[in-house]
Parts: sequence; C-alpha cells; structure tokens
Amino acid sequence: MIDMLAELRTSHGSRILGAEHGSPRQTFVTVSDSDAPTIARHISEKMGGRLVTITGLDTPDGIELLYHFAFDANHSLLTLKTRVKKPDPRILSLAPHLPGAEWIEREIHDLLGVVFEGHPRLERLILADDWPAGVHPLRKDEQQ
Amino acid sequence: MRKTTLIPIGPYHPLQEEAEFFQLYVEGEKVVDMDVRLSYNHRGIERLSESMTFDQVPFLVERVCGICSASHPLAYIQAVEDIAGVKVPERALYLRTLVNELERIHSHVLWVGLAGHFIGYNTVWMWAWKYREPILDLLEKTTGSRINYANAMIGGCRRDISNDLMPLIIKEMDELAGHMDMLTKAILDDPVLHARLKGVGVLSKADAIRYCVTGPTARASGVAIDVRRDDPYAAYELVEWKIITQETGDVFAKAVVRLLETFESIKIVKQCAAKIPGGPIAVEVREIPPGEAVGHVEAPRGETFHYVRSDGTNRPVRHKIRAPSYVNVPSFKASCIGATISDVAITMAAVDPCYSCTERMAVVDRGSRKRLYTGEELIRLSEDKTRRMREEAGI
Repeated sequence: MIDMLAELRTSHGSRILGAEHGSPRQTFVTVSDSDAPTIARHISEKMGGRLVTITGLDTPDGIELLYHFAFDANHSLLTLKTRVKKPDPRILSLAPHLPGAEWIEREIHDLLGVVFEGHPRLERLILADDWPAGVHPLRKDEQQ
Repeated sequence: MRKTTLIPIGPYHPLQEEAEFFQLYVEGEKVVDMDVRLSYNHRGIERLSESMTFDQVPFLVERVCGICSASHPLAYIQAVEDIAGVKVPERALYLRTLVNELERIHSHVLWVGLAGHFIGYNTVWMWAWKYREPILDLLEKTTGSRINYANAMIGGCRRDISNDLMPLIIKEMDELAGHMDMLTKAILDDPVLHARLKGVGVLSKADAIRYCVTGPTARASGVAIDVRRDDPYAAYELVEWKIITQETGDVFAKAVVRLLETFESIKIVKQCAAKIPGGPIAVEVREIPPGEAVGHVEAPRGETFHYVRSDGTNRPVRHKIRAPSYVNVPSFKASCIGATISDVAITMAAVDPCYSCTERMAVVDRGSRKRLYTGEELIRLSEDKTRRMREEAGI
C-alpha cells in the first residue's frame, strides 16, 4: 500500500494544514478553500484517485466540503477537507474537468447553498422547481 | 435545416416505473443530446438520519433501496464500527457476506429478466424471475424477511442462522447454478442477441473513468474495480472468487458481467455456508466516540458509500449517502448520445439504474413541445427492433 499522504506531501507539502489517519486505510487531509480545487484535480488527474463523492456539512464556522477519493488499486481512501465561509460560500468547481463531479456539486448547491464557480450548469438537481430560492434544507440555521 | 426534436422520457421511467425524468434531444431517430432531472422521490434520508440514534439508522438506510437493503446498512455500520474501533466476530462477518451475496444474486437475476423483457425476450424474463424466487425464500429463511433484512447491526449481526440450514443453502445454490448455466448459455449463444446488444450503448473506458462510474457498469468497460477486493470487508478476504471484467463497454458486456458475477456469488455463498465458524455473532458497543469515517460496500450496482461523523452524542451529526446509480446514471450522457431512440431503453436499463437511490424519460418535439412517445411505446420500439432483426436473420 503506497502512502498517498506522503505522496501528497511531496507535491503540495506547504499547502497541507492538517492530516490524520482514521483507520489505516483512511486518510483525512485538511487544506484551504483556495487550494482545495487544485489539489483535488491533482489527486484525480495525477494520482489516479477516483472521486467517490463530495460531502457538504454545515458548521458554525462555515460549510465544510469533503472530497472523498478512492485509490482502488492501492486499497486506500483519501478525504480532502476544506471549509468555505458563510454567508456567501463559494469554491471553484471540479465539474469542467471531471464530469463525475457535476451532479454532486449541483446537489450541494441545492442543499447547502455553496456556489461552485465555473460549473457548466449549476441548476437545481434535488430541490423541486417551486421550492423557494435561497432556502437550503441542510443548513443548520434553516432547521431551527 | 436540421430539425432537433425533444423526447421527454418520464417522470415515470418507461422501464422500471420509478420516478426519473430524461429528456432526449433527437434528430430523426438519432439522439444528439440529453438531460436528466431527478429527485422526484427525494426523501431527505440524510437529514432524517441525524435525528436518529446510531443503532436506529441501519433500519432507516436499508429503506434507501428495496434491493440493496443489505448493502446500505452495512456501509453505514462499517463506518460507525471504524469510528468506535469495533472488532466484529468472524461468524458475523460470514453472515454479512452470505446475505450480501444472496442480495447480489437476486438483483442480478432480476436485471437479466428485466433486460430480456425490454428487448422482447419475455421467456428470459419469466425464467429469470422464476429462478430468483428460491433466493428470496433463502433470504427469508436466513434473515426473516424477503427484503429489508434488518440483519446487520453495529457490532455484528442481529440474527444467527441454524447450522442445519447450511446444507439447504448449498443445495439451492447448486440448483441455481444449473439453471443459470442454462440461462447464460441460452443468452450468450443467441445470434440475435449478439446482433441486438453488441456495440450498443458503448461506454468507453476513458468515459467510465471520467464519470467515476462503479460496479458492473465500470467492470464492463474494462475498469477492474470492486470494493470487495479493493477494500475488503466482511469475509471477502476469506473466500475464493474473482472479479469479472469485459472490455467492450456495450450492453452485451454488461449482461456478460452480471451473468458471470452471479456464478461468482454462488461460489461465495457456498463457501460461506461450508466454512462459517461458530461463536458469537455480535459484540456489545456501548458508545460511539467523536470522530469520522467512511464506509463502502460493493452493492449489486456498484459502490455504496456512506460517510458518518460523530460528535460523541448518540446521534450522527452528519451522514452522507452516495448510492452507485448516482454516478452510473450521468454516464448515459456518454453512452446514449449518437444512439437511436430504439436503443436508448436498453442502454439505460443496462446500467441497472436504481431510482429510489438516485431517481424519469420523455420524447418531445422541440418546436411544438409535443410529447412523442410514452414509456410503453419506447419498450415497443425496442421490442420491434429485436423482432425485425429476428425476421431478417430468419429465426
């Protein structure tokens, strides 16, 4: 099993803000929101990571985005964590380079209101056409 | 001037009667672009999960999908067990493997039947579903239920099965292997099926990687990924089986992958029944510490992925679910464009899309916005094409 974290450190060492192993096969790497899309592209294009999905998660300090990658042949998983600030969360889109990211970015845009800049078609995917604009169901402030 | 026509398929899918909406843009018979709308069945399960305790969630997530009702809870449970550092007893690992493989067999055989129906081979449909029935009976005998098994739980399994049941499981598997052998030969040796399905709905290896597809959809395009091998869970490391791949990426390749995988699953179930050790089936898990983990399982349609975060309370603060059809369905864009309308139905069916997990199709004239085909008409188009090919082949 190749240590994907070590590999990421050699290419993007100064940009890694934190890293931890969940179980031996799972690694969580934290980076800034300005670096996350570049590093995610590097993982997908240069390191052969398969984008499994992206998790969006509302916290008091902003919206966390977790890019989950699988290295199937290497039997490991790597999650790239970043946080975008409220009230106007934005991040560069992966979708123009990776069609596999198109739907999940639209979903996070619907449910958490994150704007993915450069997305080819940031339209509604999950929410109904008559759902009020600007209301994002997975935001904690909406739920209260 | 070239005229583009819009063909809406859905919100009720012509094939599987579930809510998903495809719009095909066609020029004559040829599909030039397409668009998918989904979420007509969005039930907010991720949000609901945050309001339940850790041990209630498996019963919720097995309802994500009636067919993958063993895979979803297992992926979730594995993530939670990872956070809590739980070591599951070996007998429970075998029980989990057994139920998950029975699930794969019944799902693949169900697909073979449906695919037969969509191209006008209704005998294949009737046979396949007949052979699937004993598998559902076995699931009932092992878990107490034909669907929504409520089998796995955090720390192990909820129900043990009597060792007296093992010879019956092996006998049923041998019988199924015989039936499937006959069915597989009948399908793979049929010249009309070769002509009808080869080169249709091709998803290239490059597109399979770009769209991040998983499961039989990926393996039929030469992408050899399978969570059971790549990140082994349950007892998959302890039994002998092999990954089935095909290179061509067409509908025929997807059929071959599923048919041959059924035999591998039969092998796994038989080994589980023969090798299952004694001992306890669960350990007690008292609390889930703060932490986060991902769990993934190879469901019949591909990788089912769950992410769980715990803050030390008795409920997950975030639970993300990604079902395999969520990544497989967008690949229609790569496999349907350039195809004819009569091939679209079977191309979509070849992915074995699951709408309760992901989520409809329409044929509309772009100028007049008039609806051209209904779902039944699309199946008829597909069946007509097979009939024409049969007549031309003189069969």
